[in-house]
Amino acid sequence: MRIIVLIKHVPDTWEERVLDPDTGRLDRSASDRVVDEITERALEAALALKDRDKSIEVVALTMGPSESTGAIKKALSMGADSGIHLVDDALAGADAMTTASTLAAALRDAGADLIIAGNESTDGRGGMIPAMIAEHLGLPALTFISELAIDGDRVRGERATETAASVVSAPLPAIVSITERMPEARFPSFKGIMGAKKKPVASHSFADLDAAPAGSRSRGSSIVLTCEKRPGRTGAEPIVDDGTAGTRLADFLVQQRLV
Amino acid sequence: MTTTAVRETSSPMYGLTDDQQSLVDMVRDFAQSALQPNAIDWDQEKHFPVDVLRQAGELGFGGIYVSEDVGGAGLTRADAALIFEELAQGDTAIAAYISIHNMVAWMIDTFGDDDQRARWVPRLAAMEHLGSYCLTEPGAGSDAAALSTAAVRDGDDYVLTGVKQFISGAGVSDVYVVMARTGETGPNGITAFIVSAESPGLSFGPNEKKMGWNAQPTGQVLLDGVRVPAADRLGAEGQGFSIAMKGLNGGRLNIAACSLGGAQWALDRAVHHITERHAFGAALSTQQSLVFTIADMETELQAARLLVRSAAHSIDTGHPDVATHCAMAKRFATDVAFTAANAALQLHGGYGYLAEYGIEKVVRDLRVHQILEGTNEIMKLIIGRAVLEKVS
Repeated sequence: MRIIVLIKHVPDTWEERVLDPDTGRLDRSASDRVVDEITERALEAALALKDRDKSIEVVALTMGPSESTGAIKKALSMGADSGIHLVDDALAGADAMTTASTLAAALRDAGADLIIAGNESTDGRGGMIPAMIAEHLGLPALTFISELAIDGDRVRGERATETAASVVSAPLPAIVSITERMPEARFPSFKGIMGAKKKPVASHSFADLDAAPAGSRSRGSSIVLTCEKRPGRTGAEPIVDDGTAGTRLADFLVQQRLV
Repeated sequence: MTTTAVRETSSPMYGLTDDQQSLVDMVRDFAQSALQPNAIDWDQEKHFPVDVLRQAGELGFGGIYVSEDVGGAGLTRADAALIFEELAQGDTAIAAYISIHNMVAWMIDTFGDDDQRARWVPRLAAMEHLGSYCLTEPGAGSDAAALSTAAVRDGDDYVLTGVKQFISGAGVSDVYVVMARTGETGPNGITAFIVSAESPGLSFGPNEKKMGWNAQPTGQVLLDGVRVPAADRLGAEGQGFSIAMKGLNGGRLNIAACSLGGAQWALDRAVHHITERHAFGAALSTQQSLVFTIADMETELQAARLLVRSAAHSIDTGHPDVATHCAMAKRFATDVAFTAANAALQLHGGYGYLAEYGIEKVVRDLRVHQILEGTNEIMKLIIGRAVLEKVS
């Protein structure tokens, strides 16, 4: 069985994230990049299946600029068997439509029995890519899954909604997106780190992929009309304690409906 | 893996390879999530976190520079020094115990025969078994070659009788490498043995009450007619002291690296504190005398880091003066790290004296690094005599 995990290199959530005011795109140089935690959990889900069945092959797939090899290397050090990197300047600023069609093109002939993704990235927050890929590939999609198992030739998962928890299943091949209720990712081991560079990574450009079904060649990205820097913080009112600070603070919280 | 802890450690003055950077990143994640949030509680409650050590073992911390064929990670000493420095930022006392455990695993891997390596090392490398190093005795500390624990051959066994003092992991460890006397007085009459915790006649003193290193147990190991099969003699009769000293070269290097990590953590905290704390109308960091203190801490830690790096290179390349290089790294790094941690406490004022801030723990933990794995006075003897020998 071959599981392909979609991983994403994102700016570190704990740092200030910055948009480039000229393009409206993410300024990737402004902060450290990490593997998006939700996609690490997706990888963990795949590796946990592999722990139980060593014949499972886990492939990490990412689309991103050249430095995203760092994300693939991390995935390989955690235990993925190989990596696929979709890298092309033409993909810079790709919107969800382009991202999904490109990923789908890369996945079409990749022989995945199961594709696992995070439910939404911490930078884009669109939450649509897994379902869009399913649509492109004509695969069943189990989204927002918090428990995952393979049952013969079916994948089964638990999907929590506001009102109920459903158990859903689909025949393989299928695509699954997981939530943060799935277990945290493992640490890479020393051996995993040292062995990562010996594992194969395939690199594909946009031109390598048959990414554009006839009539829908989209290299689209959202059109940014304006992009402004967030204004500095203003309006904070210092309260100097003259004996009434407690009361004034409580009044403020009540006014703001914070208590 | 994300954490809220922010660290602005100054970057080392030498470059790391990509692999070393990945190793350090992993150790930082592990130290910040598995060690640091618990370090103060473990110290206060004198809790030895065996479960966390097992988790560390799964990642390769039990046999960092142990051969891969017996489950080790097969890394270099230069890698190990970086790993211990980073680990010690999370909890110096636990990092130091892992250093001792690695010394034991490495000794059996290096000096054991194939059978001993296969029987003992894989579980040590995985930290399913914990290891202790037993050289010091109540009457033989710095003068370790004067040890009196006796090992008497009796058929296929040796019978060991004696007392080992200040043993890290005593009573919890599964495997004890014990140096005992099989022959003449002095270093040439000493032999090393691998002793299982299950051995009849082996018992342990109470957990010593200590100034620091509270997250790991320290105690006496009492050997009362313990029968050790000759198959568990490590190396030949009379080689024990040499094996023990070779283990200590790496041990001293690792303790030096642990000192660096603890002190760097304290320095980073102090920098935050004096930047945020205001007195006399300005941040403390505007006071020139405090700037000078920070400058001295940073400079001396960087100097120590270079010495540690150099000594690690000497072990990795088999330099003939390796013992001297490790002694210099240990002497210098443990001294300047203690001084830096103590300065960090002073910079924190009264808050530095509170357990909650973690600084006083690091000071207490680092103090013993000037004493153990050979006191810094013994380090000076090693270094000074090596220099004098060159003209004699």
